[in-house]
Amino acid sequence: MSVEPVLAVEDLSVRIAGLHILQGVSFTVAPTGVTVLLGRNGVGKTTTLRAIVGLTPRNGEVRGTIRMGAQTLLARPTHRLVRGGLGYVPEDRCVFAGLTVAENLRLAERRGTTPAYDKVFALFPELDRRGRQRAGSLSGGQQQMLAIGRVLLNDNRLLLVDEPTKGLAPKVVTEVAEVLERVAESVPVLLVEQNLAVVRRLARDAVVLSAGKVAWTGNAQELLLETALTKSLLGVGSGEVHA
Amino acid sequence: MSAVVLLTLTGLGLAALYFLVASGLSLVFGLADVLNFAHGLFLGVGAYATWWAAANLPGAGSDGFGFVVAVAFGVLAGALVAVLVELVLIRPLYTRTIEQVLVTVGLSLAGVALLQATWGADARPFPRPSWTRDVTGVLGANVPNAGLLLIVAAAVVLGGLLAFLRWTRYGLVIRAGVENREMVTALGIDVRKAFTLVFALGGAAAALAGALGGVYFGTVSPGQGGSLLIFAFIVVVIGGMGSVVGSAYAAVAVGLLQQFVNYYGTSGLGDLCVVGLLAVVLLLRPQGLAGKVATA
Repeated sequence: MSVEPVLAVEDLSVRIAGLHILQGVSFTVAPTGVTVLLGRNGVGKTTTLRAIVGLTPRNGEVRGTIRMGAQTLLARPTHRLVRGGLGYVPEDRCVFAGLTVAENLRLAERRGTTPAYDKVFALFPELDRRGRQRAGSLSGGQQQMLAIGRVLLNDNRLLLVDEPTKGLAPKVVTEVAEVLERVAESVPVLLVEQNLAVVRRLARDAVVLSAGKVAWTGNAQELLLETALTKSLLGVGSGEVHA
Repeated sequence: MSAVVLLTLTGLGLAALYFLVASGLSLVFGLADVLNFAHGLFLGVGAYATWWAAANLPGAGSDGFGFVVAVAFGVLAGALVAVLVELVLIRPLYTRTIEQVLVTVGLSLAGVALLQATWGADARPFPRPSWTRDVTGVLGANVPNAGLLLIVAAAVVLGGLLAFLRWTRYGLVIRAGVENREMVTALGIDVRKAFTLVFALGGAAAALAGALGGVYFGTVSPGQGGSLLIFAFIVVVIGGMGSVVGSAYAAVAVGLLQQFVNYYGTSGLGDLCVVGLLAVVLLLRPQGLAGKVATA
């Protein structure tokens, strides 16, 4: 019996400022666990996530179909997609530097739902302790915790997480990976990640992009065992990166 | 000594007027990226609505509580026109910057023409309480009460805006939106409602500037909004686009500079110095005094 995917991307094409960044990308995201989106720099991983959540730039053009369950996502405004259960943790965290940690979290509360502060503070006790601190003065790791914590305040049907370990110290990378592992037990995650050690730890399925197209899909662990394939698709051998 | 006190307080009165216009302009630009050249129209609407209400609206008048009612009517009219402008003209153009500029410039010209066609091009005497024509002695200087009224009104508006931005949910959304509008929507918030709200707040503050500017100058004329808007834009750029507190600091700097240089130098030199100050700020600190943070 086939399992219905939580997200189905079909023939997705994105043009921005005349550049054809995605050229007919199709893949699905399983309803449980972590699906990782891999590829070299500039192949369109972040563009894919942003297209899913409706954040393609104004001068961009998006075509294709994106479905979450029975819902078609394209052409729906971002705030509605997010309220409908699509959580998004952007690349570079994007916390509101001038607001306090508590204000960043309060902003993420959705009307009509009870925010899960207990869950967030259990995962990130640091956020509870630093509630009155300006988010701009947090370390990179703490900002990443805040960015993930904001999304986890609400119930989500799918999380899109873009390079959560980028620029973080190895110890913090491990902490973030642990949190994502726990999060993925209750909500499916579509993850963009360059750190193959993190991919090895978290991902069940993988989609590899190359030059704006899907170059490979399948089991992430099997991909990482194929050193030659990994090297040809990602430009780095799976054995070369350690946590 | 009394000349310095008088120049300081009249400069602060002028600064108050600039701040009332610039605070809304700054928030609208900071949050929505809209350079609203029609902002002066809200000032004109506020001034003319107050002037009209003082003579025609039941319960309103030119003195006492009646004047408060007239000003409240003017402020409401300014806010309403601002909301209509946002909903009908600006909202469909949020992704089209050049069209926004064309529409708001066109609207400001059409607004002035409409006011002229309705009430004539000549300045009209503004109804104002008798005490605003008097002066108050401050450290030996006779300071016009109208100027003091402007300073108090601007201080109240500044305090109110800061309290709103700091303590309310919408204030939080606006502060966050000034920093990163896209991320606000990515948290599930319809930022367009905040756009409408900042237009309403900006329109109300500009309309209050129109009403109190009428009290200060003693007259109301169709072109008043446009001439104040130029200095308001300068204040916004110097203060930091999106910062209410930055606008307050910049308004004080511009108002005082104008008054002192015009008095001790030659008339008109103050305006030139303001442009010089703008150039210096743009060269040394292009993001303005406060940068792009709503309450910094």
